[in-house]
Amino acid sequence: MSISVRNLRYVYNPGMPGETVALDDVSFDVADGSILGIIGHTGSGKSTLLQHLNGLIAPTSGDVYIDGQCITDGSTKMVDIRRKVGLVFQYPEYQLFEETVQKDIGFGPKNLGLDEAEIDARVRESIRLVGLEYDDVKDRSPFEMSGGMKRRVAIAGVIAMNPKILILDEPTAGLDPSAHRDILAMVKRIHDEMGIILIFVSHNMADIAEMSDKVLVMSGGKVALEGTPAEVFSHGKMLADMGLGVPPAREIVEIINSRVPDFRSEALSIDEAAEDIKRYLEGPRG
Amino acid sequence: MIRDITLGQYYPGDSWVHRLDARTKIIATLLYLIELFVVNNFYGFIIAAVALFVVIGISKVPLKFIFRGLSAVFLIIAFTFLLNMFMVDGTVLWQWKFLKITQEGLSRAFFMAIRLVLIIIGSSIMTLTTKPVELTDGLEKLLSPFSKIGLPSHEIALMMTIALRFIPTLMEETDKIIKAQQARGADFESGNLFQRAKSLIPILVPLFVSSFRIAQDLALAMEARCYHGGKGRTRMNEIRFDRGDAVAAVMMVLFLAAIIASRFIKL
Amino acid sequence: MKFIEVRDLTIEYTRIDADGKEVPGKKALDGISLDIEKGSFVAVIGMNGSGKSTLAKCLNGLLVPSAGRVAVEGFDTASEEHIWDIRSRVGMVFQNPDNQLVSSIVEDDVAFGPENLGIEPAEIRRRVDNALRRVGMYEKKDKGAHMLSGGQKQRVAIAGAIAMKPDCIVFDEPTAMLDPKGRASVMEIIKDLNTEGITCILITHFMTEAEQADRVIVLKKGKILCDRTPAELFSDREMIEKAGLEMPPVIALRDKAGLPESLMSAEDIAEYVNKR
Repeated sequence: MSISVRNLRYVYNPGMPGETVALDDVSFDVADGSILGIIGHTGSGKSTLLQHLNGLIAPTSGDVYIDGQCITDGSTKMVDIRRKVGLVFQYPEYQLFEETVQKDIGFGPKNLGLDEAEIDARVRESIRLVGLEYDDVKDRSPFEMSGGMKRRVAIAGVIAMNPKILILDEPTAGLDPSAHRDILAMVKRIHDEMGIILIFVSHNMADIAEMSDKVLVMSGGKVALEGTPAEVFSHGKMLADMGLGVPPAREIVEIINSRVPDFRSEALSIDEAAEDIKRYLEGPRG
Repeated sequence: MIRDITLGQYYPGDSWVHRLDARTKIIATLLYLIELFVVNNFYGFIIAAVALFVVIGISKVPLKFIFRGLSAVFLIIAFTFLLNMFMVDGTVLWQWKFLKITQEGLSRAFFMAIRLVLIIIGSSIMTLTTKPVELTDGLEKLLSPFSKIGLPSHEIALMMTIALRFIPTLMEETDKIIKAQQARGADFESGNLFQRAKSLIPILVPLFVSSFRIAQDLALAMEARCYHGGKGRTRMNEIRFDRGDAVAAVMMVLFLAAIIASRFIKL
Repeated sequence: MKFIEVRDLTIEYTRIDADGKEVPGKKALDGISLDIEKGSFVAVIGMNGSGKSTLAKCLNGLLVPSAGRVAVEGFDTASEEHIWDIRSRVGMVFQNPDNQLVSSIVEDDVAFGPENLGIEPAEIRRRVDNALRRVGMYEKKDKGAHMLSGGQKQRVAIAGAIAMKPDCIVFDEPTAMLDPKGRASVMEIIKDLNTEGITCILITHFMTEAEQADRVIVLKKGKILCDRTPAELFSDREMIEKAGLEMPPVIALRDKAGLPESLMSAEDIAEYVNKR
């Protein structure tokens, strides 16, 4: 499984006074089993891009290939795309609607036309994957759960489609630090256990650096930067100009870099930064 | 994009039309709409259209902006046109099985479509040149005499303000929910009427929950900002009649006379 | 000077039991006592459901205590008579930038509060222009609210609070739904307002934001777990873990690298490393 995006362009209201180019010549690839992190400020085209990847929006021009198959030439059935590509929107808990958790998670598989036994198996499996207990939650109303649990249920609703590619738009938005850590760990576990491609958008640079194999930086509808976290976050100045930033650990070591002549660290995480500082202090000059 | 619908939107400007008292504009628009129903031939429409375009010219609202609002309701106009074209009996011009187009039908279809277009442009001129707050303030003032007989004029006006403010928000919310459910394989297009109605539940339930949350948030925000009804409230921009409004009144009378006269023009 | 006084504040939600009778339910706040000094900058942190937002709503009488008392400059929030005195002194900015703007046009929304206070039109105009300049949104005063970004909407909401000339503004997770740029601009405004003498109470999930306050109150399950300066709080790892929170990055790095506890900023660490 792989994704290729080629020269994607999307224009809102073409030929009208409100014409806006939301995506402009966007091309990139995502390798099988890898994690792609996407960053960019509001209006940079992130959400529009995500919606192209599972056919919710058709491009003005350009193509999207999922596993070598072009999904933008009009010949692919939407159901087949949705089966392969799961998309979890921002604040997905606001899309829950069924009376019980079991029914809500079963909504996707049911739409795929699966039989009862298969639906049940998938509901059980996805509840397990999001770290909840089937017997505890299956008959509960999703509306009576806490914010963090609702979000897990909503994500389970997409996982139950058994996608080969999972896309999450700001999965940790609005959560407290411990729920944030839990959801992030859960997303990572889902990726590892299901062996799928994971694409996620986040404003948290530390999360992006920690999770991603590759980072895509969107700005003004274009891909402004693309590369490994180390490559992308070496462009601190450029990211700051786009209203973005680098992980906090990097911010701190940059200050040390600039003030301590022979200290040099390119750490992205607190752990790496601590190691670099320790090594420097214990070094021959210490 | 959904946020580009111009119906009910304000186009900032400082023209003579913009500066008119909102009450003048509300009354003028109402009169204009009534007059469109008084018109009984195409000459009347010519007068009405000329008057409208004069007002648009003075208002300096770009025509493109106005037609964009029209394109949003194009389907309704087309439907009205077709319905009239096929439904009216008279001299048959063209026939295929049970479908027939008559001369009367064609003329009536044009008549109704023009009327509809003028209604829409006429009322959008009002909303385009009047800030929502002025519009609702004007309405509140116009209705205030009726508050003595129990009409909650302030509450009606506030409801309108909030509705205008939250229409784009709710549209975006709806758009998002539809897409989220589509991403879970929901199908809103196939099946019989009953199945289609049922397929709306995954949209309507979250939309209802969202609206409720918005209402709750907004009520708290309003309370926190000392909202306690219309009593003792002042306005940043007090609306009042001035010379411009008098000129507008004279123009309206002339226009009314012209429209009534047009009824008697015969071919 | 004591500006807000909170004594044994308890908020208890009632629920309907199986027989349809009202019975006491969960306590959202349980016996909270604290004072807020005039001109201070206080952060309130804690996990979801710890009672942070509930506390915020008690400070201007949006919620009235089930037991205990809250007073703003001596006015009891439970007394109907003074509720408008209280709310005009304690402004509030909420989490969701979309759901707190009342009017479609920026300047009309900012005018909403002063209009409710019955202020003269000319004075409202002055306040609105002034408030919009302070948050850097004056150029957008004619714009439609729905055309703004989340950060811009939040700045308009802050202007709406400023225009009421409050002594204090309570910010209930104002940056939770914003992107990094929006967050930075909102935090900058909050700090500016505080320097100008407005008491700021900031409810947040972001430790880097709490770090910038003079004082941090940590809530857990409706109770105050601790009430200290950021320096004191973030040198107590046990407390942070107990509250389900996390260390700000600088402190986390300092501890991980085994550096002295006196270092509180990246600059401190740089200086320390340089000396060695």
